[in-house]
Amino acid sequence: MRLSIVNGLVCDPVSGRQSTEPLLIEDGQFVSRLSGPAETVIDAAGRDIWPGLTDAHCHLREPGQEYKEDIASGTRSAARGGFTTVACMPNTQPVCDNASIVRSILERAASAGSARVLPIGAVSRGQQGQELAEIGLMAEAGIVAVSDDGHPVEQADMMRKAMIYAHQFGLPVISHCEDMSLASGGQMNDGVISARLGLPGIPDVAEAHMVARECLLAEYLKIPVHLAHISCRASITLIRQAQERGVRVTAETCPHYFTLTEEACLGYNTMAKMNPPLRTADDLAAVIDALADGTIGIIATDHAPHHMDEKQLEFALASNGIGGFETALPLGYTTLVRSGRMDLVSWLRTMTIAPARLFNRPFRGFEPGSPADLILVDTKTPWTFRADSMASKARNTPYDGWQLYGQVMLTMLEGRIVYENIQ
Amino acid sequence: MQLQHKDLLGIQMLSAEEITLILDTAATMKLVLKANSKKTAHLQGKSVINLFYENSTRTRLSFEMAAKYMGAASANVSASGSSVNKGESLIDTARTVDQMATDVLIIRHPQSGAPHLIAPYVRCSVINAGDGMNEHPTQALLDLFTMREKKGRLKGLKVAIIGDILHSRVARSNLWALQKLGADVRLAGPETLMPHGELTDGIHRCRDLREAVDQADVVMGLRLQLERMRHGLIPSVSEYARFFAVDQTLLDLASPEALIMHPGPCNHGVEMPSVIYDSPRSVIQEQVTNGIAVRMAIMYLLISRRNPI
Repeated sequence: MRLSIVNGLVCDPVSGRQSTEPLLIEDGQFVSRLSGPAETVIDAAGRDIWPGLTDAHCHLREPGQEYKEDIASGTRSAARGGFTTVACMPNTQPVCDNASIVRSILERAASAGSARVLPIGAVSRGQQGQELAEIGLMAEAGIVAVSDDGHPVEQADMMRKAMIYAHQFGLPVISHCEDMSLASGGQMNDGVISARLGLPGIPDVAEAHMVARECLLAEYLKIPVHLAHISCRASITLIRQAQERGVRVTAETCPHYFTLTEEACLGYNTMAKMNPPLRTADDLAAVIDALADGTIGIIATDHAPHHMDEKQLEFALASNGIGGFETALPLGYTTLVRSGRMDLVSWLRTMTIAPARLFNRPFRGFEPGSPADLILVDTKTPWTFRADSMASKARNTPYDGWQLYGQVMLTMLEGRIVYENIQ
Repeated sequence: MQLQHKDLLGIQMLSAEEITLILDTAATMKLVLKANSKKTAHLQGKSVINLFYENSTRTRLSFEMAAKYMGAASANVSASGSSVNKGESLIDTARTVDQMATDVLIIRHPQSGAPHLIAPYVRCSVINAGDGMNEHPTQALLDLFTMREKKGRLKGLKVAIIGDILHSRVARSNLWALQKLGADVRLAGPETLMPHGELTDGIHRCRDLREAVDQADVVMGLRLQLERMRHGLIPSVSEYARFFAVDQTLLDLASPEALIMHPGPCNHGVEMPSVIYDSPRSVIQEQVTNGIAVRMAIMYLLISRRNPI
């Protein structure tokens, strides 16, 4: 299969260059020259062409919670949002803490997936924080990292063992930073809005306290650590200080932490309920600054699909999280790039090169020999995001009705069109 | 003048004018309670359902009697546990109640925001009878009614609220209401039971109880839930009583005519000594009577707004 994509504006986050040269694809890879005339020519006039995005943090819910999402629907949603590679967290049922579950996820993804799936294994057996999971066997089966996401590793000693052991197998540990005793039953950010709503609060120090612990462990062990979904200024200050000391700590944030504040919870809006919680306007500004200066290098979706029945509840009983695949790109493009807070290349790197580097995977963009993963994006026409148009099984999003820029028009995975916006 | 919303979910949604309307209407209703025949036809042919997910004696009885004095049909549903444990969602339960030609649904629930959750799904008027640690609007309205009746005004009134402010829906509703009507609110209690940060501008948080009650016109105690001790927020009941009770020494600092209030039920000797609870300045018993008048007024106003009687 020989393919040529012409007339698009190609932006390559590896070289940082933009060009209008045609992209040539053969047998699922970028090539410098086709072996014969192109069988298909795609006219990408008026479109931006970027590499397919990588999501460092999502929940696909399979096995065990297929009523929320499964690998087929989750990766369809990813493809629609411009993601061609997604790393899924292990909090499935049962927990992905052994090689056989890793293999089953990879097999499902290979047969039903519209995106490449990179499983993340559990740090501890059953994510219970007590004994190490079989990290080596999972590494052999194909995991790219370990994390007890959703459950912080409470004991510092357990975290130390996990970092040392996972490092031997070349795997990063991703830490969900939350001091459960400080978070103690909180439902949203602790502050003026939680007081007004009469909801127990989760203070920012619950996150920052564990961020400090992970930075100190990484410094002491001289082993890298990655911090998931950073939401507040207090954490960012600690991460920046550690990085300045040379500690190998990397961090990610999510689009909701640079587009929404705790005020979104007013009216007991469970669509805005997540963990870590939406914070203040000052925290939001700190997150954007940290993305702009590189303290936070990765934007992940934390795609957390839930059934409607799990959200249409009393606030304290509603599930945490939002479906994030289909809004991450337009929210980032609109809020960060279009507003001038980040340049296009730096922003693209947070969802391409940076997550690939975290997982120790090669990423060479459009270079010949690389898998032909790309997206065609309309960055010029504003459009209105609708929850009921999502490809995910879930509809839990606080962005219904938002007018955004950066609509994905086509997604290609290894030369195969996995999503096309047919208008 | 009528109420602006179908429901009474909290004081936060009421304007000062609406609060005054409720208090004025309650004054009329109180005359009914004092009459020889305690019966009006204000809610003749209407139905009121109490849906209580938490224990309650006085609030539930108060609503029930208020409905009966006005001629409504009323029924009580006691539900235990969360909607999840019950196997039916709160929204479904509320819709079921609504479909029984219900005019007013009164809900008490352990989760903040539960009344707000169901209100858009039902045709009937929803009254919040206490939701989690959020609000208890009818309690605040009866408190304001009592203050206004005794002091003749609310504007500029110095009101000290003492105790577990953090977990108290009574304190929250009171401070929103008092602030809207221009009272000078001071909060004090153990710092572990105070909200983190400022609840709102213009409320005086006092580290020292004496500062809060200084020249106060009203001193309100709050119920201390004994589970706060189990959660390590206070060391012991006796230590609480030693430092945070509304006692005579403290009251000596307040205005000589200061009212003593408490939403009940009171832990005697903890929030205040029995001699204070029963002292001539205590209006705690009258608060109960006024509660019925205020609830009659609210139900009447909500129903007459829906279909003028």
